Amino acid sequence: MIAQMLRVTEKEALTPLVTRFRFEHPDGAPLPLFSGGAHVVVEMPYGDMLRRNAYSLISAPDDGSGYEIAVRREDNGRGGSRFMHGNVATGDLMAVTSPFNLFSLDLRARKHVLIAGGIGITPFLSQLHQLSRMQVPFELHYAARSREEAAGLTFLPSLPHIHLHISNEGNRMDLGAILSGQPLGTHVYTCGPEGLIAAVEDAARRHGWPAAALHSEAFLSPPPGKPFKVTLARSGQTLTVGPHQSLLEALEAARIDIPWSCRGGACGQCETAVTSCKGRIEHNDHWLSDDDCAAQTKIMPCVSRFEGQELIIDR
Amino acid sequence: MTIQFNDETFRDDYTFFNSPVAIARFPFPFDKDDYMYSVNMEPHETGPEGTPFDVRFDVDEHYVSEMRDRAITLDEDPLRCQSLPHMELAGWDLLELIMVSKAADYPDLFTLNRDGDRWHWINKPLGIEQRFTFGDPTTLPYGPMEYITRQAQGDFAVLDQREDNLWMDAGMVTSQADWSLDFDIGMNFFEWHAPVPKAHEMGVFQRALKFLMHVNQDTPARRLNWTMTVNPRLDTSPENYHKWGPEKRTITPENVGQKQYLRVELQTFWRLPRSNALAFPIRCYLINLEDLTSVPKWGRRLHRVLRDLPDELADYKGFAVNRPVIVEYLSKFDDGAPTSAGIYPDETDVALNKVPARV
Amino acid sequence: MTRVTFSPSILSRPVYAPLESHGAGPTIMLCDAEGAAAILDLAERDPAVMDYAHVIYIPSGSDYTVRMRALEARQYHEAPSYDAITARYRKALADATMGTRLYLAGTEGLIGKAAAEALAAGLPAQAIQAEHRGSIARRMQCVHCKGVTEDVTTDPFTCSHCGLTLFVRDHFSRRLGAFQGVCVDAETPGEVPERQEILP
Repeated sequence: MIAQMLRVTEKEALTPLVTRFRFEHPDGAPLPLFSGGAHVVVEMPYGDMLRRNAYSLISAPDDGSGYEIAVRREDNGRGGSRFMHGNVATGDLMAVTSPFNLFSLDLRARKHVLIAGGIGITPFLSQLHQLSRMQVPFELHYAARSREEAAGLTFLPSLPHIHLHISNEGNRMDLGAILSGQPLGTHVYTCGPEGLIAAVEDAARRHGWPAAALHSEAFLSPPPGKPFKVTLARSGQTLTVGPHQSLLEALEAARIDIPWSCRGGACGQCETAVTSCKGRIEHNDHWLSDDDCAAQTKIMPCVSRFEGQELIIDR
Repeated sequence: MTIQFNDETFRDDYTFFNSPVAIARFPFPFDKDDYMYSVNMEPHETGPEGTPFDVRFDVDEHYVSEMRDRAITLDEDPLRCQSLPHMELAGWDLLELIMVSKAADYPDLFTLNRDGDRWHWINKPLGIEQRFTFGDPTTLPYGPMEYITRQAQGDFAVLDQREDNLWMDAGMVTSQADWSLDFDIGMNFFEWHAPVPKAHEMGVFQRALKFLMHVNQDTPARRLNWTMTVNPRLDTSPENYHKWGPEKRTITPENVGQKQYLRVELQTFWRLPRSNALAFPIRCYLINLEDLTSVPKWGRRLHRVLRDLPDELADYKGFAVNRPVIVEYLSKFDDGAPTSAGIYPDETDVALNKVPARV
Repeated sequence: MTRVTFSPSILSRPVYAPLESHGAGPTIMLCDAEGAAAILDLAERDPAVMDYAHVIYIPSGSDYTVRMRALEARQYHEAPSYDAITARYRKALADATMGTRLYLAGTEGLIGKAAAEALAAGLPAQAIQAEHRGSIARRMQCVHCKGVTEDVTTDPFTCSHCGLTLFVRDHFSRRLGAFQGVCVDAETPGEVPERQEILP
């Protein structure tokens, strides 16, 4: 993944926890356009290591004048979002990859139903631009705990097919009602907490929806854990993965070249063969099949960890 | 220097020819003395100057005549160009990619002026000047994909990406190696490759699909594919098989050098920005055995590849019936000497420096 | 015997499996000839599947009418041909909402045509189940003239539109609901191999 240096031109608090950043090319050159739902990966020099976090683009896909993202501060996270909130200022240069989309609209759809929970509104903000431009029917359901926390509100026009579900106002989302009576060719997209995605999948299954009409995106940040050792089969080198470091980050720190794009267990790019596993792999990804996970012969270094005596991987 | 366009035909009297420059820059597809399917993908980065890999969309001496041949084929059978309704946005993406690339890589031949969505396109070799509104198909004489691919050499498939698969949902296909867009449109990656023998079992398509789904805007990729064609015919479609099929049986030891062509496809893969579709141009290059063997390394190598090719592949590629005559002809150019690695001619053969660099 | 075991083939060739109930939910069921027996078997395994079913039966000489009527589907219709029910079937698809399942049973020709129609109406492919019963005749598109010849039972066969002699490929288009027929004597006009009954 190729990154280019972009300048932070705007930084604006949307809510106490969510901040919007705008990036532009330092020379004002146009940036590559993208499709609704795409993300970029932002590089953060964090202490003595390089963090790379993926963020959905919230700006208009056909506007190459800049990229915008919205970052929620995770005080218990690994520090990437705290870095963005605390250490990044307008005028800074940051390395940002070109856009990549793992959550694109199915352009065949006769209608699109978008379901967002909390900060999961972000990929839909660029999709809304695309849907409006394409003039296809859609409805958006946006669930948040309170209006104060609903970072997406600023960006949402007041339209009859944009529905807010604010739980402290007693207005909760009724998935059964949303999924009933939708015309053939409707596609449903969910982004938000794992629980919301599971609830939509469950309700859709009960209503007879085939899985291919359902799309979801849950970017995982690499969960912290106990440190562990990993041996690289090709060089014989042994690395230690720190408690707040991912295996992928540890490999990168050791200058091992490894492909990646989402860094969140979804895209499959960094899939790595395991040549020896004495212990248990904590599979935290959405990529490997249940069989692959059980066999312990593959690992997704971006999010998965290990506990045990020996892990040797084919890198 | 500017390109001298040939006045030639790809049907009936077949006046197609390769100039010495075209021979020297021919994209010979074999990097070693044998062939089997593989996921032979590489980044579509600039290749040696003057070769077809030098620019994003190669324009060569056959450009004007190839576009004339495409127009004839489309007049006879408009179904060679189809786009399912959801692919129009990808069509605009493709139009932009080709116009921007050609205007940048061949400024003496193509000009693109953009003022917001108001675009002005000049194609000098084909004598076309068009002002149109980007995104508004009513301002072009054809849909965006058809408009631009009537002005770009090679076939174009445009693939929709969804359900962890790629779908052949649009295309301009008039110079194909015997597959039908009209039949295959709407199929996924495994379905449209279904008739290919062996490769499925080898896992080639699973690996290729995984690779292609991750092609990004800044990482276009390419590979070479090949087959054998009798006469320099672009339209070897199944639709017209009953018309060109008899020509396949006209190969004799006397005419094989001139009538038998190696047909090479330079396939490239591009992520399209607005639609997230994947553009899959399939550019066809033809060279007859006589011209090909003028490069000693290529003559030796093609002989070994075709002699040792598994029967199933010769059958699938449709030249099994002519293989003995071809191999016999090529054997005269194979002295058994070792060949160097890679696809380019040896310096003692036709040196690449004979290819005039574009200015 | 109405059940046929097809030999393994290429990846584009459809494979059929016994219909499997998704329980009580909106369904469209379309069957011809021996396909009715597959619907009867399905209803026997799970009678609830009939509660919201719109059943269309094209007997084509088979005689399951009494038993089909006895299923007491929510809607039941008998028709003399696919052409005769096309408008009704399209209306059913246009009125359908997400969650609707389509069960097809009978000849490959019916399955191919009806599945293509449903896909064009926006029904997801995963909402379609098909079970083959009865004749192994194929619906063939001539790659040359684009005409479709129904009920092809020999290989090669004569295109009913352009008259070329075509061989029967296993390559199948879901969009067209048809297999591909290609001129058998394209390279050697007049040299046509002997006609043989097609095999499963």
